[in-house]
Parts: sequence; structure tokens; C-alpha cells
Amino acid sequence: MIFDYETLRVIWWALLGALLIGFAVTGGFDLGVGVLLPFVGKNDDERRVILNAIGPTWEGNQVWFVTAGGALFAAWPMAYAVSFSGMYFALLLTLFAMFLRPLGFDYRSKLPSQKWRYNWDKALFVGGFIPALIFGVAFGNLLTGIPFQLENDLRIVYLGGFLDLLNPFALLSGMVSLSLFIMHGAVFLQIKTEGKVNQRAKKVGFIAIFLTLFLFALAGCWIYILDGYHITSEIFPNGPSNPLTKFVKRGPGLWLDNYGHFPELWVVPAAAFISGFIAMVLSRINRPGTAFIFSSITVTAVILTAGCSMFPFLIPSSISLNSSLTVWDSSSSQGTLNVLFWVTVIFIPLIVVYTSWVFHVLRGKITVEHIKKNNHTAY
Amino acid sequence: MISEGVIELSRWQFAVTSLYHFLFVPLTIGLSFILAIMESTYLMTGREIYKDMTQFWGKLFGINFALGVTTGLTMEFQFGMNWSYFSHYVGDVFGAPLAIEGLMAFFMESTFVGLFFFGWDKLTKGQHLVVTWLVALGSNFSALWILVANGWMQNPVGAEFNFETMRMEVSSFEALIFNPAAQVKFVHTVAAGYTTASAFVLGISAYYMLKGRDAAFSQRSFTIAAGFGLAAVLSVIVLGDESGYTDGEVQKAKLAAIEAEWHTEEPPAAFTLVGLPDQEAMVTHHAIKIPWVLGLIGTRSIDTPIIGLSEILENNRVHIRNGMKAYGLLQELRSGKRDDELIEAFEKVKKDLGYGLLLKRYTENVVDATEEQIELAVKYSIPRVAPLFWTFRVMVASGFIMLIVFVVAVIASSIRKCRSEWVLKISLYSMPFPWIACETGWFVAEFGRQPWTIAEVLPTFLSASTLTEWDIILSLSGYIALYTVFLFIEMFLMMKYIKLGPSSLHKNRYHFELGGGDVS
Ligand code: HDD
Ligand code: HEM
Ligand code: HEM
Repeated sequence: MIFDYETLRVIWWALLGALLIGFAVTGGFDLGVGVLLPFVGKNDDERRVILNAIGPTWEGNQVWFVTAGGALFAAWPMAYAVSFSGMYFALLLTLFAMFLRPLGFDYRSKLPSQKWRYNWDKALFVGGFIPALIFGVAFGNLLTGIPFQLENDLRIVYLGGFLDLLNPFALLSGMVSLSLFIMHGAVFLQIKTEGKVNQRAKKVGFIAIFLTLFLFALAGCWIYILDGYHITSEIFPNGPSNPLTKFVKRGPGLWLDNYGHFPELWVVPAAAFISGFIAMVLSRINRPGTAFIFSSITVTAVILTAGCSMFPFLIPSSISLNSSLTVWDSSSSQGTLNVLFWVTVIFIPLIVVYTSWVFHVLRGKITVEHIKKNNHTAY
Repeated sequence: MISEGVIELSRWQFAVTSLYHFLFVPLTIGLSFILAIMESTYLMTGREIYKDMTQFWGKLFGINFALGVTTGLTMEFQFGMNWSYFSHYVGDVFGAPLAIEGLMAFFMESTFVGLFFFGWDKLTKGQHLVVTWLVALGSNFSALWILVANGWMQNPVGAEFNFETMRMEVSSFEALIFNPAAQVKFVHTVAAGYTTASAFVLGISAYYMLKGRDAAFSQRSFTIAAGFGLAAVLSVIVLGDESGYTDGEVQKAKLAAIEAEWHTEEPPAAFTLVGLPDQEAMVTHHAIKIPWVLGLIGTRSIDTPIIGLSEILENNRVHIRNGMKAYGLLQELRSGKRDDELIEAFEKVKKDLGYGLLLKRYTENVVDATEEQIELAVKYSIPRVAPLFWTFRVMVASGFIMLIVFVVAVIASSIRKCRSEWVLKISLYSMPFPWIACETGWFVAEFGRQPWTIAEVLPTFLSASTLTEWDIILSLSGYIALYTVFLFIEMFLMMKYIKLGPSSLHKNRYHFELGGGDVS
């Protein structure tokens, strides 16, 4: 079966969102736990409890990130090319930090030396902190626009520098994602641990949820005055992918256009706040399992909020407005989108099923006794 | 235009990061399979020693796997980071197998690898075996899809240029997946992985045998590695890449360059064993030739000629002139003119558009390039011969060395008398050869495709991102610095666990636990 081009483009916008959300919901708590490791775990045993809470599953979770990269390449090649070369150093920094994770998890407990282990703990902190921060910084930059321009042969010319990426709004977005992942990680730790670690995670979680909602609200207010983008020429949702055939304007508050046209969209940011509060309460009354569901909804809703305000833009250009990439003019061909759609529809449910099975097999709390018993096989 | 420096540096960065990735990849591909074989044996015989083997070699697998993942992350993102025009120009085609690889292979491999390590007492024996097999299957699927992508770069079938979007688009997924270049690559590369892992297990087992440690454990490992390794190295050699050279001008140029076949010879061509290739004069000095052999391995017949480089250059001159026409017509189309005649004229010559783009290295204005510029482009259209000639011979020599080693090892593992000290020493010291073969193999495959990133479609010098030289100097030094530190750490841990051997499992039945020394 083959869908029409317009539908496929919208589907792929949604699927890309789904992969990013998949990463934020699963890999997100791993990053958060990495950040919390040195603070919530005060000695080697406690830290090993924390590491083993996510040890067997973080690897699979990270693949959401890898696959989102691959899917972006396949479905939105131009967006892949612009964002990764445009945010070169941001991505490089993220990669360098992420390198530390497989090594940290796998190598840390392979030697008994305290010094060795504590150095890896620092590495794991960096490996959680930087990606969690830059994830949001990147989103912030998408909202403010990236300084690139397309030439007639569609070569991408990037005209900014590294420091441009660190503009105030992007930094605020970075803080949002950082606290979001810390919140999510803390709730997860609360599920998987007992005793002191559990208590500390609960405390941090409370603060992190509060901070997340506060920063998210702040970013929301900023959107009212931040320059948004809008297509002013006619749109051809079935046209060939050539970004240079449209006109775009920029102006304050334009990112709220979609919410103006479709007021029902306000449900999305509202969901972020409501489920955040519910998660906060549930975590307080020691129901972390259910709290985790609500903190996942918060993570999802935060990402969706940004997505909904930008649609149909993928990457606006801040210096050559008409070069901006949108859902209608930077996708792959219809055939490719169609085949990949079917591949995704088959594999994502399969992945969800076997990932759930793995989590099910590994369910239950990790305790210090557990670590002591499996001294040589646990992380 | 992007500066030469940026292009050179981008190429270096790609070469460094991908060759580094491929230090770990073949061991993952092969060892995951060997683990699955060992664990299957455990289930069939019920003997604990096979479980210990799976767990011990699994520990070494884990140490290697961590770096495979680390370096793989770079690979996934650097197309967009450093090769942005490439990503735009072929993403419609090249991105698809990469996305499928993530969905089909990486998820499977990485989700189950956690259970492999932590699921021993949470799963039944049967369930755990299935998990191990899924890890092995996942890593082999990953090789399949990435090699479909890479094979397409060598032999870009099933895709068409679209002037409206200014890029290549898929016209047939079937052709893309069943690309002969990809198939031979897949078979050759996974077999190379099996060879590498077998040599690894063989060498380390031989080390224990030389030390007289853990006899039962090391002999069983040695036997499995010898058998599997012999089958693997035979596949690598017998199912060489030869048959992949039938399509495409570039593949032919690569073959001719590997063999320093300057001019088409009467078939069957002779094989130049060694010599000194001289690109300017187009001769090989001091060549030692073996009659017939090249024709046989290159074409599997005695009457098909192997096209020489001088003939390929002639053909390329024609392609380049056609490419100029295609480029001119494309300019008209891009400026908005759209009559049917123009489109038809473009369709006729567009398959040579890539050759027109080659001229961009010498002039912005491709359409009226001078004769001189055309000659420069013609000369630039084939790879440099000497590096290919030599690296290829290093790979083949390593292959034959491994063949001898595995034959000897198979004999030694079945006949106890033959298990002499020198057999064990050879097994130990030949460990580096598969890695040498893998690295030189990739060099041959990739350098032999130059000057193209996508054969006859997109030249390398157009593919890069518009970064500055300093950007890449910074990132490249970062990669080299980090990767070097990582490699040291990895080797250190690897050595430590190899020295400990199965004692590291703490089962109280191995060498150091029986009074042989300390165990940490
Ligand atoms: C023939 C095999 C082969 C080749 C040519 C490549 N890889 Fe690779 N890759 C693997 C075989 C492999 C593997 C065996 O599946 C690895 C190695 C160790 C591992 O963990 O999985 C892997 C890991 C790995 C990962 C980490 C996956 C994870 O998180 O689990 C990524 C993102 C990539 N690779 C991406 C690439 C890209 C973009 C390549 C091309 C430029 C590439 N690899 C070449
Ligand atoms: C399937 C995945 C790929 C693998 C495993 C791979 C592997 C390699 C290896 C081993 C080298 C070193 C050989 C050399 O130095 O010449 C290399 C070089 C290179 N590769 Fe690839 N490659 C892959 C895909 C790509 C892609 C997609 C590009 C295009 C952007 C690319 C562009 C290059 C370039 C420009 C060089 C440098 C070549 C040179 O300096 O001669 N490769 N690659
Ligand atoms: C002994 C006979 C061998 C022959 C005739 C042979 C032939 C080739 C050729 C022609 C290529 C280039 C393929 C291309 O560019 O399309 C290649 C690539 C390669 N070889 Fe070999 N090879 C041999 C042994 C080995 C061995 C022993 C290993 C490793 C254990 C190995 C590993 C590789 C790898 C990893 C590549 C790059 C991937 C690919 O292009 O398939 N080769 N080989």
C-alpha cells in the first residue's frame, strides 16, 4: 500500500517525534541517573546499586538516539545535513561525552581500585550531564533558527560559530531538558532502589520536578516575545523537496500561531504541568511506579509542545529565511518514505515488545546485598 | 568551493574514525557467534565447562563491545557533520539502510546484550541461549545493512538523479538490497569477522596451553576456534570480492589498480605478484608475473579480458564530455526552464552528470572547461595505484598466513601428538594478522573508489561540509586523543582479564584459585 506524499510527510514528522520521545523517555532516565550518580550514591556500594539499576538496559535505550539519527538521515536528509553540520561542535561535544558511557558502565567495576572507580563515576556524570543539557540547547536553537543558507545546487553554507549556539533562549531550553531528565532519572531510581539511595532520589526528584515545571513555564512565556517563523507563500504539500521555492517571514510570537488556530493544542503543554504535579505527589507518597508513568507523560508533552509550535518547520534559517526547512520541502522521496514507513510499523512494536520483556525479566529492586552477592558479575 | 585542506582533513577524519571502529567490529561479529556456538554446546552436553567458556569469552566480548558501540556512535552522525552535501545528495538512498540497521539490528543487539550478561540466573537455560543467538544475529544484521549502504556507494544501482530536488532518489529498493556489490561485501566481511574472532580465541587458548593452565578449558576453546576459523578463512578467500567487479566503470578501475593492470592484456591476464607501480609512466617496474592467474581470479574464465587503466581513462574522457553537456542542461533546468525537450535531452545524458561534476575541481564553469582542464579531470578519474597495489597484497598475504595457521591448528586439535610448542606459538603470534587484513581490506575498498564517494555519481571533493580547516583540526585531534586513551584502557583491561583467564569467573575451579596466585 502506498500513501500520498502529504500524508507520508506528516507521518514521518510524527515518527521522528516518536523516536525522539522514545529516546527521551527511556534513554532520558539513564542520562538523569548518570548525572545523579555521584550525588545520590555516597559510597562504592551505593553507586553500584545505582549503576546496576540501569546497567542491563541503558544500552538498548541509547539505540533510540542512534535510530533517531538514522531515521532523520533517511526521512529528512536535508535536515540531517543542516542540523549536524550546523551544530558541529555541539554534536561533537555530545558525542565525546557519550563515549564515556559504554566505557564507564562496562569498565568501572572491572577493577577493584577506588581511584579507578571514582574516576569513572566522574566520567559517567559528564556522560549524562552534557548530552542532557545539549539536547535542550539543540531544541532551543531550532526554535530560534540556525544561521545557514542554501545555494542553488542545494549546498549548505553555515555562517555561524559555536558561540552562537549558546544564546540565552537555547541555554534556558538546555536547563529545561537537563532538569527534565534528572527528574525522570530520580523517579526511576526511586523505583529500583531501597533505603538511603531511595530516600535521596526521592528528595532530588521533588526538586527536579519543581524546577522543570518552573523553567518550562519560563520558556513558554519567552515564546510570546521570541521571533517565530511563518510560511507566507502558497504551500505544496505534495511538491518535490526543494526548500528554495517558498517565502518565509519572521516575527515575535509567530511560534504561537498553531496554538491560535487550534486551541485544542493547549492540552499538550497543560498535560506537561498536570502530569508533572501528579508525578510529584505520587513520588512523595512512595508510589514511584505510577509516578514514573506520569513523569514519562511530562517528558513526552514537553517535546510535543515544541514540536506543535514549530510545525511545519523543521529547521528555520535565521539568516536566509527562505532557506528554512519544512515538513513540505525537505523530506525524502515518496517511495523511500513509504518503504521506511512499513519497516517502522513492523519493527517499532516488535522493539517495544521485546524491550518490555527484558525490563520484565530484570524487574525488582537492586540492593546492596544483591551487589555483594554478584560482586564479580554486576557492574 | 570548499578548500583542499578541508577535504583532506575530512577524509582523514573519516578514515581514522572508521578504521578505528573496525578494530572492534570484526571481533564483535565473530565472537558473538562463537559464544552462541559454545552455549549451544553447553545445552546439548549439559557440561558446566561450556558455560564457563561462554562466560569467560563473554567477558572479553563485553570489553570489546563497549568500544564498538562508542566508536559506532561517531560513525552514525559524522555523515551529517562532515559530509553534509553527501548527506543531502544521497540521503534518500543511503539513509534508508542506515535507518533499517538501527531498527532491525542495533536494537536487537543492544537490548539483548544486557540480558546476556545479567540474565544468567533470571532466565532458563533455553531462554538464555536464545538471547545469545539474538545478540549474534543482531550484530550480523547490522553488518548486512551497513554493507548494503556501503555497497551502494561502490555500485550505485536502483537510484536516479532528480533535477528538481537536486539529488539521487531510490527507483528500486529491490536493486538496492540485492546489489551484487553489497552481497559479496557482506559475505566477505562477516567471514572476515569470524576469522578474526577465531584467531583471537585460538591465540589466547594457545597461550594458556603454553603456560600449562586450565587444560580442559583451553583445549576445548582451541578446538572450537580452529574448526570455525578454518571454515571462516576458507570462505574469506574462496568467496573473495572478485565477482563484485562486473558492474560499473569504477569497480573495474579499482580492480585494474589493485593489479596494476595498466593496459588491457590478451586474456587470461597474468598476475603481478610484486613490483613497483609507476603511475606517470603507466608501467610496473621489476614486476614478477605469474601467467593466467589474474584472469582466472578476476573473471573466472580464460577468455574474458580484464580492462586496463589506459582504456578506462579513454572511456572516462568520453564520460566527462557527456557530463559537461549534462551539467549545462541541468543549469538550464535549475534556472526554471521546463520544456519537455530540455528534460528529455537531460535524461539522455544525466548518467554522466557525475563526470561533469569532476571538472568542478578545476573550474566553476563546467560547461566551457578547456581541453587542459578536461585532461586534468581524466587523469584524476582513477585511483592512485601504488597504495592499492600494496595494501591489497598485504591483505591477501595475511589471508594465506591465517589459512596455514588454521590448517595446522585443526590438525593439532585432533591429533594430540601434533600439539607441539611451536604450533601453539604460531597460533599465539599470528593473532594480529586478521586485523591487518581487515584494515587493509577497507583501505582497498574505500581508497580504490576514489575520486568518488558515490561511484560515478558524486566526487569526494564535493561531498564535504562547509566547515573551516580549524574546525576539523580541532575535532580530529579530539578524536585521536580520546580514541588513543580509550585504546590504552581497553588493551589494559583486555590483557588483565586474559592473564587471569577463567579464574576471573570465581568458580573455584581454575588455575589461580587452586593455589596458582592471586585473584582480584
Ligand atoms: C561489517 C560491519 C560493520 C561496519 C562496516 C560498520 N559497523 Fe558499526 N557496528 C557494527 C558493525 C559494522 C557492529 C558489529 O554491529 C557493532 C560493533 C560493536 C557493536 O557494538 O556493534 C557496531 C556498532 C555501531 C553503532 C553503535 C550501535 C549501538 O549503540 O548498539 C553505530 C551507531 C554504528 N555501528 C554505526 C556505523 C556506521 C554509521 C557505519 C558506517 C559508516 C558503521 N557502523 C560501519
Ligand atoms: C559503510 C560504511 C563505511 C565504511 C566501513 C568505510 C570505511 C572506510 C575506511 C576503512 C577508510 C580508510 C581507507 C582510506 O584511508 O582510504 C575510509 C576512507 C574514506 N571514506 Fe569510507 N567507509 C564507509 C562509508 C563512507 C561514506 C558514507 C563516505 C562518504 C561520505 C566515506 C568517505 C570516505 C572518505 C572520504 C575516505 C577517505 C578516503 C581517502 O582518504 O582516500 N566512506 N572509509
Ligand atoms: C586471501 C584472499 C583475499 C582476497 C582475494 C580478498 C579480496 C578483497 C578485495 C578485492 C577487497 C576490496 C573489495 C571492494 O572494494 O569491493 C577486499 C576487501 C576487504 N577484505 Fe579481503 N580479501 C582476502 C582476504 C581477506 C582477509 C583474510 C580478511 C580479514 C580477515 C579480509 C578482510 C577484508 C575487509 C574487511 C574488506 C573491506 C570490506 C569489503 O570491501 O568487503 N580479506 N578483500
